[in-house]
Amino acid sequence: MLSFFSKLSLNSTQKSSVELAKPAFMDKSASLQELGYKDDNELRETIYDFLRTIRDPEKPSTLEDLKVVYEDGIFVKEPTADKVPVLRVEYNPTVPHCSLATLIGLCIRIKILRSLHHPIKLDVFIKKGAHTTEDEINKQINDKERIAAAMENPNLRNLVENCIAEEE
Amino acid sequence: MGKLELLQTLTGHKGIAWNVSWHPQGQVFASCGEDKMIKLWSKEGQEWTVKTVLVDGHQRTIREVAWSPCGNFLASASFDATTAIWDKKSGQFECNATLEGHENEVKSVAWSPSGQLLATCGRDKSVWVWEVAGEDEYECEAVLNAHNQDVKKVAWHPSLDILASASYDNTVKMYKEDSLDSDWSCIATLQSHESTVWSLAFDKTGERLATCSDDKTVKIWKEYKPDNQEGVIVSDRESVWKCVCTLSGYHTRCVYDITWCHKTGLIATACGDDIIRIFKEADDSDSNAPTFELVCTQLNAHSQDVNCVAWNPAGNEELLSCSDDGEIKIWKFSE
Repeated sequence: MLSFFSKLSLNSTQKSSVELAKPAFMDKSASLQELGYKDDNELRETIYDFLRTIRDPEKPSTLEDLKVVYEDGIFVKEPTADKVPVLRVEYNPTVPHCSLATLIGLCIRIKILRSLHHPIKLDVFIKKGAHTTEDEINKQINDKERIAAAMENPNLRNLVENCIAEEE
Repeated sequence: MGKLELLQTLTGHKGIAWNVSWHPQGQVFASCGEDKMIKLWSKEGQEWTVKTVLVDGHQRTIREVAWSPCGNFLASASFDATTAIWDKKSGQFECNATLEGHENEVKSVAWSPSGQLLATCGRDKSVWVWEVAGEDEYECEAVLNAHNQDVKKVAWHPSLDILASASYDNTVKMYKEDSLDSDWSCIATLQSHESTVWSLAFDKTGERLATCSDDKTVKIWKEYKPDNQEGVIVSDRESVWKCVCTLSGYHTRCVYDITWCHKTGLIATACGDDIIRIFKEADDSDSNAPTFELVCTQLNAHSQDVNCVAWNPAGNEELLSCSDDGEIKIWKFSE
């Protein structure tokens, strides 16, 4: 299974990778309406639009084609005390032992964080019962230190960039 | 109710600001982050300003920095698998030693109270104890493999050579050196958290420990020594640590860091809901079932997750915090 445990390789000659895009954050205390969404539903649709075009790491299809992501898997939860929207995204790996489930979770997280231009709290989970090691994967893809380290691994980062790159 | 007054906001780091660390005298602090830089800050008049920027020490994120108790050395732990030791023997800060051994990310580094030992931990599930063997020389004393997942944080007892570590395996472990065979071993496992334990802090006596977790709780643990008055059974003449208090219902996301002031007894927490909270022990608190009261909730402390909080060791109720938004803030608490 592909995991973040790949051996550390520092002397990669790869060109210095693209800066992690940091959205210019808007005022935090803004309501969903002030952020430009009519309602929860419009935020869900916006998120789904980001996710549907992510490419599967090994098949020539998108996560939408493969029904790995779906609109009903996006939940707008109670915002934080500071009114930051809280989102839960569920995804459904194609097979219960899918070796790329962790990578897909990473792609979902990075794509959303890069695309949104306001703060958000994001929890990404595998659909319950959809993977043999779902608890392990869920913990890994929601640990921001592991995510940060994974994105500094040139190989893993390349894989993610390729999956989330927008079509020309 | 207490109040946190914002003294200053510093544009700390590009990307995530992971950690801030006070110099033991509380006049200087160091910060580090995703930009692979260490910045040293001190006060010029009323303003905190950056005095020194240390670059080229690491090839990846610098996760944590720690001053030695004498204040002459700074250690930095990095995702590049190394720990660097900086000093200014030459007049300016330079990296004069690099500790190598971890297989991948080093996540935490801490000096023992004597300054003779250093502990590091990382994603390779191990905790290393290093001895200061001479000028710019560090020898590995022990590699402790007690955890079965990443080790997130190490911290020393405030006066003894007892080490505690917090892990992704939901437990906290303690270690000490056996005086007979000088072997380091795990002497206690603290089990109660239901998810990753991100950080921990001893109180000034070292007989209590506060831990914080992804399970959104803070726990207070108390040491019961052999022949304790309470009649708590210990085995092998080693102390037993019991969870005597759980603070739940306060934090709404993962709690990333905790700091316990050795002068005032106040506990502050850094949370993924962008809020800093301060807890104070009640006057009539029972040591076997202590009561801690939330005395301050600083909403919107940062625009994103708060990663680290640190009380000024001088005990002047100054608090440092830093965040995913790259900023560092200096606060003053008052009751």
